[in-house]
This record gives sequence, structure tokens and C-alpha cells, in this order.
Amino acid sequence: MSDTAVKEKKSAASVFFNGLIKENPTFVLMLGMCPTLAVTTSAMNGLGMGLTTTVVLVLSNMIISLLRNIIPDKVRIPAFIVIIASFVTMVELLLEGFIPSLYDALGIYIPLIVVNCIILGRAEAFASKNSVIPSFFDGLGMGLGFALALTCIGAVREILGSGELFGFAILPVEEPIKLGFLELKYEPIRIFGLAPGAFFVLAALTATQNKVKRSLEAKGKNADKIQSGCNSDCASCGDSGCTHRFYDTEADEKKTVAKEENKDA
Amino acid sequence: MLDVVKDLLVILIGSSLVSNVVLSQFLGLCPFLGVSKKIETAAGMGGAVIFVITLASAVAAAIYRFILVPLDIAYLQTIVFILVIAALVQFVEMFLKKYMQGLYQALGVYLPLITTNCAVLGIALTNVQKEYGIGYSIVSGFSTAVGFLVAIVILAGIREKIEYNDIPESFKGMPIVLITAGLMAIAFCGFSGLL
Repeated sequence: MSDTAVKEKKSAASVFFNGLIKENPTFVLMLGMCPTLAVTTSAMNGLGMGLTTTVVLVLSNMIISLLRNIIPDKVRIPAFIVIIASFVTMVELLLEGFIPSLYDALGIYIPLIVVNCIILGRAEAFASKNSVIPSFFDGLGMGLGFALALTCIGAVREILGSGELFGFAILPVEEPIKLGFLELKYEPIRIFGLAPGAFFVLAALTATQNKVKRSLEAKGKNADKIQSGCNSDCASCGDSGCTHRFYDTEADEKKTVAKEENKDA
Repeated sequence: MLDVVKDLLVILIGSSLVSNVVLSQFLGLCPFLGVSKKIETAAGMGGAVIFVITLASAVAAAIYRFILVPLDIAYLQTIVFILVIAALVQFVEMFLKKYMQGLYQALGVYLPLITTNCAVLGIALTNVQKEYGIGYSIVSGFSTAVGFLVAIVILAGIREKIEYNDIPESFKGMPIVLITAGLMAIAFCGFSGLL
């Protein structure tokens, strides 16, 4: 009894840290880039979006994992979408009621959590194959990993764009700091708070990723996990769950193929 | 009458150029970065997006106006829209495959990629938020999708040119494309003086 409990705990922790660091959805897997770019104008917005996504991800992962044996394979994508969309609607209404400032700041990107690749991707890759407790920790790890990444990107953009962090001035934008005869003043690079800045920050991020990947490969380590978004073509997103067909006609074909093979045998 | 024409023109220019769907709203980023290697495929993707988004905005606006509002369940819009859009895309794909082979050859490969494209859902929701009627929604959807076509074709053109340039090792592939997109976004900021 205690033995299995220990085992469960260990695997839960490893699943959690796998999502948080090893397979970080933003820095390593490059999933869900739309909200990553759009809402990270400040660290606070990034954190808010990240935590909202975490709540949806944890809840949908748990429910999908509970229902994984009931949902027919062919209609699993619409079923997942309904579950995810329900939680997104609930979270949206709660935010509107209790944190209106965040609701206004995130705007249209809250309902768009529905089409965030991370959520459908985890539902497809993890929750539909595992039991509730690992799915819970997978959702928590992935969600917090996403929140961490969004906060970091938001912090970089906020510091460069306005010299602030979480709304507090940390660089001398208004009043210069006097060091003897030196007067230090930070001139904010406003473009980092605007749309183009998001592209530049992401470009720097993927360049770093390329660098890390190459140095890992030079050391002979496996770096296949690091993906650069939809690098070659969008079809590669299919593995992460973005481009599945609504009604999976292939599930049918797979079954018939399997049947025919059985007949032949 | 003149007012309506003016309104439509503002929507047309506003959503295709000024607040470009990819470059200032970051919707539909995945196909924008993924299918922009060659001009022909980029144009094909853009065509498919125009087709799907126009159709989806019309259907979503009609559902909102005739089903959700009368039944007083407008808060279910996200759930209903995403289901309708995802089903619609696959239905269109099957329809084209069966009855319009030529169009299917041109657009069909791109259709599955648009199923859960955030741009489609985003525009349907924006139309509701801005309280557009069905006609305005169609125009808004169409012009937003035209903005996508313009952006993706320009990016593909630039990518074809920079393919042979000497790019720093770490910036090869996605980073340089993102920097290109960033510079395009700066250029598109210039359109904000239009309205």
C-alpha cells in the first residue's frame, strides 16, 4: 500500500516538473504562440493569462481523463472542445465578475484559450491516455510552465518598453540617477510594448533555443524535444494536437485496416 | 446609404490593413509562419483562409442573431462558435472533395490546418463584440482574411529572397522569419494614420 503510494507520488512529481521545465510548453515545445505574443505587453498580463490557462488546463485535463473510456474515438475532438470551451466560458464569466481589470486587459484572448494548442494538445497526448491524478499534475505543470514563460516574456517586454516591472518603476525613466558627474537615465524602447516588439522578443527566444539545441547536439545529447513552433510546415503541429480533424475519419479507416489484417491472419 | 458605404469602407481598410489580423492581433500565427515558404502555397493558404473566414463569419453571425439571442443564451457563444466552425471546415472540405475537385486541389490541403485556427474563432467573437449585423460581419470577416492574404504573401516573397542570404547560424530558420515579421509589423503600423 505505502509502496504504491510512494510510487504514485514520485511519478506525480516527475510529471509536474516535466511540464514545468523539461517540456516547457513555450520555451521547449513552442505551443500556443498566439496568446504568448499578444498578451505579454506586461508581466502582470502574462501572469494573468498564464494562470487563467492553468485553471482551464487542470480542469479540462481532469475531466477528459475521467471520461477517456466513455468518449468514442471518432468524436473525441469535438468532445474535448466542448469540455474545454465550457471551462473557458466559466473562467471568462468569473474573471468578468471578480477581476474586471484583467478581463479588460486580456479581452478577446480569454475565449481564444479554447483554441490554444497546449490545451487540446495535452488532452490528446496525455489526459486521454492517463488516469486522473497524473493528468492533474500534468495540467498543473504544463500550465504553470506556461505561466512562468509568459511572465518572463512579459517582464522583458515591460522592462525594455517602459522601464517598469509589475507596474513598479525599476529603471530611472523620469528622474535621472546622479553618480558624481554622471547622470544615468533610461530611455524606454517603446516598440517593445507594441506588436513588433513581440516578434523581436520571440525571435531572440527562438535564436537562443537554436543555440542551446546545437550545443546539446554537439555534446551528443538528445535535443529532439526542442521544437521551433511550426518550423517546417504546419503539418508538424498535428503531433501537438492543433490540426486534428473535427470528426476523425481516420479512426474509422484505422479500424477497418485492423479488421482486414485480422481477417488475413 | 452613404453612411453605410462609409462604414463598410472603414471596416474594410481597418481590418485588412490598420489592425492586421496577424501583424497586430497575432491571430493565425501558426499558418502565417508555417506555410509561408513559397509564394504559391502562401497564396493558396490565403485563399483558403478568405473562403473559410468569410463563410464562418456569416454562419456565426446568423447563429448568434437567430438562435443565441432569441433563446437568451448568448453566453454560450464560445462553445457554439468553435463547434460550428470546426464542423463547418470539415464539411466544406468533404463537400469540395466530392463536388468541386478543381477547388479542392487548390485549397483542400490547407483546410484541415484551419480547423482550430484562432483567427476564425477570433473574428467571429470580435464581430459579436462590435455588435455587427450579418452583412457587416461578412464584410469584416472578408476584409480581415484579405489582410491575412496580404501579410502571408508579402512574408513569403521576402522569405524567398532571404533564403540565399548569409544569416548568423543561430538565426537561421524561425528567428529570422520572426524578425522579418516584426519589421513588417512596424511597416503596418504606418497604416494607422489611414483612418
